[in-house]
Amino acid sequence: MNRAKIRQHVAFSLLGAVTLLIVAPILLVILYVIINGAGTISWEFLTAAPRQGMKAGGIFPAIVGTVLLVIGTMLFSLPLGVLAAIYLVEYASDDLLTRMVKLSVVNLSGIPSIVYGLFGFTLFVLLLHLGTSILAGSLTLAIMSLPVIITASKEALESVPFTYREISLSLGASRWQTVRYCVLPYAIPGVLTGTVLSLSRAAGETAPILFTVAAFYLPRLPHSVFDQAMALPYHLYVISTQVPNIPIEISFATALVLVALVFLMNLVSIILRAHYRKKRLW
Amino acid sequence: MPRKISEFIIELSIKLSGYVVVVFVFLVFLFLLRDSLSLFRHYPVGDFLFGTEWLPISDPPKFGVVPLLLGSIYVTVWAILICVPLGVGSAMFISEVAPRPLKHVLKSLVEILASIPSVVLGFLGIIWLGPVLRNGFGLATGMCGLTGSLLLAFMALPTIISISEDALVGVPRTYREAAFGLGATRWQTLWRIILPSASSGILAAVMLGVGRVVGETMVVMMVTGNAPVIPGSILKPLRTLTATIAGEMGETVGGSEHYFALFAVGLVLFAITFSINFIADLFLRKARK
Amino acid sequence: MVNEPVIKTVDLNCFFGSLQVLKSINIEIPHNEIIGIIGPANSGKTTFLRALNRLNCLQRTYSQTGEILLDGRDISKIGDNLLRKKIGIIFALPQVLPIPIFDNVAYGPKVHGVTGKETITHIVETALQRAYLWDEVKDRLREPAVRLSGGQQQRLCIARTLAVEPEVILYDEPCSGLDPISTAKVEDAMQQLKQDYTQILVTNNTKQASRVSERCAFFLMGDLVEIGPTKTLFTNPKDKRTDDYITGRFG
Repeated sequence: MNRAKIRQHVAFSLLGAVTLLIVAPILLVILYVIINGAGTISWEFLTAAPRQGMKAGGIFPAIVGTVLLVIGTMLFSLPLGVLAAIYLVEYASDDLLTRMVKLSVVNLSGIPSIVYGLFGFTLFVLLLHLGTSILAGSLTLAIMSLPVIITASKEALESVPFTYREISLSLGASRWQTVRYCVLPYAIPGVLTGTVLSLSRAAGETAPILFTVAAFYLPRLPHSVFDQAMALPYHLYVISTQVPNIPIEISFATALVLVALVFLMNLVSIILRAHYRKKRLW
Repeated sequence: MPRKISEFIIELSIKLSGYVVVVFVFLVFLFLLRDSLSLFRHYPVGDFLFGTEWLPISDPPKFGVVPLLLGSIYVTVWAILICVPLGVGSAMFISEVAPRPLKHVLKSLVEILASIPSVVLGFLGIIWLGPVLRNGFGLATGMCGLTGSLLLAFMALPTIISISEDALVGVPRTYREAAFGLGATRWQTLWRIILPSASSGILAAVMLGVGRVVGETMVVMMVTGNAPVIPGSILKPLRTLTATIAGEMGETVGGSEHYFALFAVGLVLFAITFSINFIADLFLRKARK
Repeated sequence: MVNEPVIKTVDLNCFFGSLQVLKSINIEIPHNEIIGIIGPANSGKTTFLRALNRLNCLQRTYSQTGEILLDGRDISKIGDNLLRKKIGIIFALPQVLPIPIFDNVAYGPKVHGVTGKETITHIVETALQRAYLWDEVKDRLREPAVRLSGGQQQRLCIARTLAVEPEVILYDEPCSGLDPISTAKVEDAMQQLKQDYTQILVTNNTKQASRVSERCAFFLMGDLVEIGPTKTLFTNPKDKRTDDYITGRFG
């Protein structure tokens, strides 16, 4: 028994070391970005337009662009995703079509982001004549976000107790009335949490917006959804790789703003989840 | 009755939303196929699939996908070699060894990792990891395959950890209880019983990690050096399928051979990730039974 | 048509997948009767009940043959909404929606298109009175229904069913989770409702069946073994199996 216990200690310590090996870099990466970037963050940096080809000035247009893209993504992906989830949970029977829908959701989640970029370029920019625009970028990001929203909404709907549906149906309500009054209101927390999470991912994506919306140096803000826009992830990419002689502090600061934005959205999602878990009615 | 009509419309929208998801997958495939076929009208498929030179701007241009494919494969294999032991090990630690409060902290940290945008990691690769590797290995440039592999391994960890953890937690309690009843230690139980039972799920996790790595664009574009040649070693610059599309698209003219060639690369990429995810899904289903 | 039975089943067979749960059930239930359905577990009593308002169809593996007639009409020709309005059901464990008491009762009328605050308030009050719950909740209609006791919740379920004005009320072992006082209140309500509704009571409690029902049907393993006036069934059953069950030799 003693040898086995010793072996266990060794094994568990090894596993702990492995975990530490993974966890430490996560913290270090965050700290590294914060330490190197925080110094350059100022109100001016966040609210001013870039100057001198990005060597000075702020990144306000990029922030605005990212925010607009997130809003656009939400407008397109949330309704579609929730409706699709309602279909899967409340209306679908166990036939071939349903299995195809479920398989398609899985497939969509596995498509590389650059392929979405090509798809968005072909469909929205070219075929639908939207040009490189916020609209095209939002639509592309929306399709990319669909699987996450559908999955999260599906789980939220499935977690609503079946008895609620049974009560409603047994009183003679129609299927839609049942969904609308007895299921959906209680699934909203889960849907919201999943949506915010998926939007936080969309905010950080670069590949899908490369050909569909992104512009590098646009000192003025976009006027309409048909305009190009700057966006934080694309901005960071360009100043790290394409433009020489950008002060490194600006790059770090841009990275920090992007990371902070994504984390903020994640935090909102976590808070929502915790808040609704406490208020849970069943 | 207006209510009946409005309900009919709503229920129709619901059904259509479900079907639209299927339509999207087909559309993606179709668009890739359409533009790829435009390439193959003049450029032989064989030369594309088996050609060893990717020289889009030479005259005549060469669109051999092998260097790109090998670039993706090299980077992926090394990334997986690094992140699977680390990821599965961490999953074991988190699910079986860590006490509850620590478990929550660790899982949160892994979630934080999952949310770091890839472009930020690429940036850090250029600024920090590349130079470190260059100095450490005495290379000409730090922008090589290994830099990419390390960062990709880091990025794939959340996928591997969370799905492996699900698999480990999903092993029926009765297995554990039986093992303890026979006097096994926690480690023996974990190593000999739980881990093998969870193998389908863990395999699925690995495959999904592979899919994630193969599909990653920004990191590889920023740190692997963008040399579309057959990589001599992992310490040399290379180019992946994803980086090729992202990097060269801006330089092509719409409707040119180069343009179509990039779509063909996209088709290859789509086929690869589709197959990987399909197989992973099969393993996941097997694990759930 | 007072002479026609309100419910009539003709050769009803029910299946879950390949498992046959009810075999060739033929029953006629006249208006305003309280009929008890007794039998050991897994005899198909609940399946029979839920076949009447098509709740079984919520299970994907369910199928049935034979006819069920409501007031002479084949129920497969009646829409789900209307059918379940006319045939209400009280489940075994009280299940209420996590909304105020008033809203729980008002939900039924609302989905059937009743509008107007006064109309709905009147319907809710009447329903709660007929379910013997009004006095206990009239001052707290806005409170969440989940705060009521089990017995009160069950009477709330009766009230919400009454609010949609059914013809038939089905009870699926409604007092199984209740204490004797609550049970008595529910049974009182059932007696009062007899004037206006036909009621079908599935129960595992033979004593309750003998207290409440006028006729009784004994189900065993999917068969309708015997049906007759309650007194006769309990004191002088025709079938030996009925006798064995009632005297407690099995069950």
